[in-house]
Amino acid sequence: MTDAPRSVPVSARRRSRVARSATSGPGPLAFGVVALWLSLIVLLPLAAVVAKSLDGGPGAFWDAVSSRQAVSALRFTIAVSLVVTLINAVSGTVIAWVLVRDEFPGKRLVNALIDLPFALPTIVASITLLALYGHDSPVGVDLAFTRAAVGMALLFVTLPFVIRAVQPVLLELDREMEEAAAALGARPATTFRRIILPNLVPAILSGCALAFARAVGEFGSVVLISGNIPFHTQVASVFVFKQIESDAPAAAAAVSVVLLLLSLAVLIGIRAIGRGWRHAT
Amino acid sequence: MRRERLNRYGLRTFALGYLAALLFVPIGIVLYRTFEPGLEYVWQSVTTPAAIHAFYLTLLVALIAVPLNTIFGVLAALVIARGNFRGKALLDALIDLPFAVSPVVVGLSLILLYGRTGWFGDALANAGIRVIFSLPGIVLATIFVTLPFVVREVVPVLREVGDEQEQAAATLGAGRWQTFRRITLPAIRWGVAYGVVLSMARAIGEFGAVSVVSGRISGETETLTLLVEKRFQNFNLAGAYTASALLAVIALVTLLGMTLLSPRTEQA
Amino acid sequence: MPHRPHIRPAAALALALAGVVLAGCGGASDEIGGSNATAASSSAAKSSLSLVAYSTPQVVYDEVLPAFARTVPGAGVSFKTSYGASGDQSRAVEAGLPADVVSFSIEPDVTRLVKAGLVAPDWNTKPHDGLVTTSVVSFIVRRGNPKNIRTWADLLKPGVQVLTPNPFTSGAAKWNLLAAYGQASRAGKNPQAGLDYIRELITKHVKVQDKSGREALQDFTSGNGDVLLSYEYEATTAQKKGQKVDYVTPQDTIKIEIPIAIAATTKNAEQAQAFVDYVLSKPAQEVFAAWGYRPVNEDVLKEHASEFPVPRGLFTIADLGGWAKVNDELFDVAKGSIAKIEDDAGVSTAK
Repeated sequence: MTDAPRSVPVSARRRSRVARSATSGPGPLAFGVVALWLSLIVLLPLAAVVAKSLDGGPGAFWDAVSSRQAVSALRFTIAVSLVVTLINAVSGTVIAWVLVRDEFPGKRLVNALIDLPFALPTIVASITLLALYGHDSPVGVDLAFTRAAVGMALLFVTLPFVIRAVQPVLLELDREMEEAAAALGARPATTFRRIILPNLVPAILSGCALAFARAVGEFGSVVLISGNIPFHTQVASVFVFKQIESDAPAAAAAVSVVLLLLSLAVLIGIRAIGRGWRHAT
Repeated sequence: MRRERLNRYGLRTFALGYLAALLFVPIGIVLYRTFEPGLEYVWQSVTTPAAIHAFYLTLLVALIAVPLNTIFGVLAALVIARGNFRGKALLDALIDLPFAVSPVVVGLSLILLYGRTGWFGDALANAGIRVIFSLPGIVLATIFVTLPFVVREVVPVLREVGDEQEQAAATLGAGRWQTFRRITLPAIRWGVAYGVVLSMARAIGEFGAVSVVSGRISGETETLTLLVEKRFQNFNLAGAYTASALLAVIALVTLLGMTLLSPRTEQA
Repeated sequence: MPHRPHIRPAAALALALAGVVLAGCGGASDEIGGSNATAASSSAAKSSLSLVAYSTPQVVYDEVLPAFARTVPGAGVSFKTSYGASGDQSRAVEAGLPADVVSFSIEPDVTRLVKAGLVAPDWNTKPHDGLVTTSVVSFIVRRGNPKNIRTWADLLKPGVQVLTPNPFTSGAAKWNLLAAYGQASRAGKNPQAGLDYIRELITKHVKVQDKSGREALQDFTSGNGDVLLSYEYEATTAQKKGQKVDYVTPQDTIKIEIPIAIAATTKNAEQAQAFVDYVLSKPAQEVFAAWGYRPVNEDVLKEHASEFPVPRGLFTIADLGGWAKVNDELFDVAKGSIAKIEDDAGVSTAK
């Protein structure tokens, strides 16, 4: 990692361009390594999928992705994932805030439990959620086989993302400005809105991007609780599985490619908002 | 003052209420169902040969995939937040891809590459190397799905802390590695820590992709999540819950380890 | 790989060694207190067989494999087993999963391997046409059959909720709909009547289509639905595992044929053949019968005739024209009639 010194332009938080002396920041080697790893692990397999999707030519590709069931599954998936992401943006930030700034007995335990939705196999998650909020619900809420059920399962599996994205930033936050604002008489809400929140937005967006992508790709936890009803509660990933089971891997690949592109578009959009935000502040 | 207190209680209630409904109660149910048959049963259930093997396999896979992705993650975060290369924005967007890919497709893609009729199928067969339906395949699938975490945790932190200190160090003559080790790394340690925790949790909890590429050979390529599914299939609900509890334990231990390894930090 | 792992190398190494050592013990049993379900120790094993099967008969093979190891031809043979959804397993073998003996729940999953050159084309000319066991499509109901469901017509009574897995995510689930289709169409003679029955069943009485048969069964046992379409042996297995279910076999139903085959790529042809012979022999078929699987061995079948009455209107997949025809006309994802019915059903339940 110790390269010969070379001058590399800096990407500064402020707009000013500072001429870089000596060595600082990652060199081209780092970029190369990162690009290579990404290519080997992610891009190469995905290239295979894209190639497979075009097995029957562009005509077959279009047929596969424009069928009514495919379109319905894609739309439902993207829509419910967006809703879940928005809910997570709010709840995740609040929870991260409480975990960092608040003190109450049992806080460390709560903090430790946040990652569990990830570690638990999705089938356990869905069986438990079904037991809690399905037909035999002890709390009298019956969501089984509804769209809300799909949303709930997705909220469960995306729980840690925004929280874990915001927490490190909150921990590193410089308190001086908040204290200055308080000294100047600003109310907590104003301080939060104008000083703290802007610093959190990139992290929130980052967590949102992860949550969205996970929701879109989720498969295991959703089927059991959603009833898998075509046109109603069937998510794209299950639809893809159907194609594979029916010996139509090219069609499965085609729908996956479209899902990927749609998700990529949303993710790029989220990051663009983040960049715009950073430049505006 | 009053208002501040109300705010705090309000936020706390919202946070804890949300978590209770979505997390605590379901986890409580899992714990209850796990220990319902008694400790003796639980112990026997986690010490069957298949369970022991699944446990070690799951750990092994995670201990290969997570460190590799941590190194990649920190490097990539540096590139994205500090570097200025052409194609950086594209790199940024591409790193989220693994998530948007459904696990079934992850498995499919690896089979398309390394399976018997895949792109490298013949080459691998001739060399006598088995990737799919063996440890390397499981590791590849796990690396795929855990790729973004460390990056995504570290980048916001890097942006938040800014690079003035690093620049100062550079002007004072510190080398890249020195600067990284003594200035950057301490600043991002919580991001890295949480990134590792998330990666670890995802690695051990991964089911979809692994179920396609592992071949589910009991005693060889059966991970804990696959074991849980098999036990559910065989009406061994209690056994499935105990295996799930094992996974939860690993996740909690990882978080504990990370918290202990990352020194200090008192909040508020 | 361009990186070195950067945590505690010693710990990782230790775990790796442990993993390798444990990996060497093939066929790890998942029975509480059980040892490896194979020959006494792997070091004494003369050879190893890989059994790749669909998921439900695991309970049977868990007994049959150790029994085989105690026989003369089976002495010293250790097993690697893999169980999963039939389609998944078949595709895995096609993609290179090593297998010596395979058993799936529908013939097309074997045909796929024949096409890939992994199973000899004459696999189903062997004894019993390549089958290891059979079953029939039955109605699984709550204990005591409170809604008194006995016939196919009962399924269409108002308010009756039927569970059946999605035939497109689970190939094995096709048997259920084929039974429904076959009985209404009088074994294929009146296709339109068959499709009409399916249409009414799916649009009005099937609210949920689980991903697989076992998931549908678990859905049913957790309290959903009034009746589950499934294999007869699923009911027996569920009962033996403590579930409170009963089953009714309608007079008109389809014969479920479960194939078994030896892989052409096997390196242990002799042992594989010995194993298949054993599985088709009396002791193994008795185990199948105990779990509710109809034996193909005639002697065993005769002994258990009372448990396995032959439905009067039993028909087979051959009566419906064979799998190729059925998959093409009914289940083709784009053009099949049942696929169309599914599509239309979705429209009526969508908002």
